[in-house]
Amino acid sequence: MQCADLTESLAGAADGVTELSRAERRHVERCLRCQAEIVQYRKLLRAMRSLRTDVLEPAPGLLADILATLEEAGERQAVRSLLSGRRIAYLGGLAAATAAGAAGAIVFASRTRRARLAG
Amino acid sequence: MPREVAEVVADAVAAAKDGDKEAFDEVVRLTYADAYTLAHRLTGNEEDARDVVQEAYLRAYRGLQSFRGDAQFTTWLYRITANCAATQLGRRTKHRHDELDDSVPVVDPHPDHDPQLRADAEDLRTRLRVALDALPPRLRSVVVLRDVYDLPHEAIAAELGISETAAKVRLHRARNKLRDQLFGRREGETRAG
Repeated sequence: MQCADLTESLAGAADGVTELSRAERRHVERCLRCQAEIVQYRKLLRAMRSLRTDVLEPAPGLLADILATLEEAGERQAVRSLLSGRRIAYLGGLAAATAAGAAGAIVFASRTRRARLAG
Repeated sequence: MPREVAEVVADAVAAAKDGDKEAFDEVVRLTYADAYTLAHRLTGNEEDARDVVQEAYLRAYRGLQSFRGDAQFTTWLYRITANCAATQLGRRTKHRHDELDDSVPVVDPHPDHDPQLRADAEDLRTRLRVALDALPPRLRSVVVLRDVYDLPHEAIAAELGISETAAKVRLHRARNKLRDQLFGRREGETRAG
């Protein structure tokens, strides 16, 4: 086992994601270089995690810009649903008118037939 | 994000899912600094970060019904932000091919100038920020999402449009570069054993 064999495992070991094999552990126990590397990775990962609480000051006006973008998107959506609502109402009206026309034609036809039979 | 704030966000998200537009505005107010920070870390500049954050919230707003609440809203938002940043960086690198070069050396080639500073945690963070900014975007994205925001490899790969193996390789390379930058390699160290 050589240091080069552990290149990919050490950061994972420091992260707690990778478990070193028995042979790897035995090597690290005797190798100061690998031990130092694990310590460095641990420091690096600790520093990386600490950045999580580091919040940058957002660019001025960003919040207003985001809300304006959402407002615009919301309006567009509203217009779209209004238009689709109107389309549905139009189609519904058309269907109702067609049904009424058909019903009228049936009534007219049956009256005409009745009048013809009576006459 | 403190637990109380996370709870307020969760309530606002639930209300927004029920159609309350004001509630979504509140979600934005509570989370946008965080999202901007991530976008800035991924893109490395303010202008792109602004565009990325706006696009991310727009996508989040449109896709809010698909947010199931299995994870925290911020985790979901980070994934969207990462995806938007990858798109933005892809657009940018079409014009600037040098960004794709992983071999670009990070700045400050002599991190061990001042041993006193090396011991200082805040200084380590400062140098880490510099080193992160100097990483090629494709490496920086992976290491930031994994090591700062704790996203799983699978999520990182999905949002960046790469395989999980590629995400792991990039993470390894990024960590190596950062370690070299922050702690330096000892003279003659080549990991030959």
